Amino acid sequence: MVAQLIRSVESEQFKSDLPLFDAGDNVRVSVKVVEGTRERIQVFEGVVIRRRGGGVNENFTVRRIASHAVGVERTFLIHSPRIDKIEVVRHGKVRRARLYYLRGLTGRAARIKERQRKPGQHIR
Amino acid sequence: MIKGMIGRKLGMTQMFDDRGVVHPVTVVETGPCVVTQVKTEEHDGYDAVQLGFGVSKRLNKPEQGHRRASGFMSKALREVKADSAAEFQVGQVIKADTFSAGELVDIVGTSKGRGFQGGVKRHGFHGGPKTHGQSDRLRAPGSIGSSATPGRVFKGMKMAGHMGHERVTVQNLEVMRVDVERNLLLIKGSVPGPNNGELLIKRAVKGNR
Repeated sequence: MVAQLIRSVESEQFKSDLPLFDAGDNVRVSVKVVEGTRERIQVFEGVVIRRRGGGVNENFTVRRIASHAVGVERTFLIHSPRIDKIEVVRHGKVRRARLYYLRGLTGRAARIKERQRKPGQHIR
Repeated sequence: MIKGMIGRKLGMTQMFDDRGVVHPVTVVETGPCVVTQVKTEEHDGYDAVQLGFGVSKRLNKPEQGHRRASGFMSKALREVKADSAAEFQVGQVIKADTFSAGELVDIVGTSKGRGFQGGVKRHGFHGGPKTHGQSDRLRAPGSIGSSATPGRVFKGMKMAGHMGHERVTVQNLEVMRVDVERNLLLIKGSVPGPNNGELLIKRAVKGNR
């Protein structure tokens, strides 16, 4: 009963228009950034290396290789109003849920194969 | 206007504000409370309202008799101050809309019992050194007084003993949201006691200006 009440308080904050994605997928995350009084949208694109948590706390981490081959990771709360949009660019084929091993790999070794979808089959 | 209500801690979660910042919140069920007794200036020397909360099946005859006029066999009874108690009647039901979002409240609860605890946990003592030839000194309290003068340990010396399960008040917690329909308050931060613990929620004594 009590757990249900808390869940219902949380669920009021959930987003309904989320795409299906998981670790290994390439995503483009549009984040709202406030600069002084202006608000603009910043895009962060990379590989999802984990998706964790539940309820309003559900979050995911995106890893991207920035200039000078520096890896940059950002963690986002899925239901945050600061996240304008999440787009899935590519579904990756991976065999684990946490892709921490990518941190030690660079270049060609850090590639992830694309997961092919059979005709009519829904991904996940 | 009354200055408080009885409630029950349901648990913690988090919520986003308008700017997208996440805040930790405690979900508290407040009410419906029922007025069980009205105390007025003329009759009792001060203005206050006694409220009841919850339902109990284990009440003796005198306890039942006191609650009969209100129409509910309330589990908990608490008295809260009122600006003018005369505007309340026994049996009147009070809902969570007593509070509004943005308001500051003080919350009184009974902290979680920790049992018999040593000085390190109970009073934040630093304990003794881990190395340099020490044995059995890691969590020891150290000296508890002088020698022949005064020849005794002073009263109130901080030592090991029972910790927790005491009345704790947390002041100036912000009400983030009020759900009148379900009688829920979302209060920023943590609140004393276990889930399902009884709480007294009062308008903040210091914070509201």
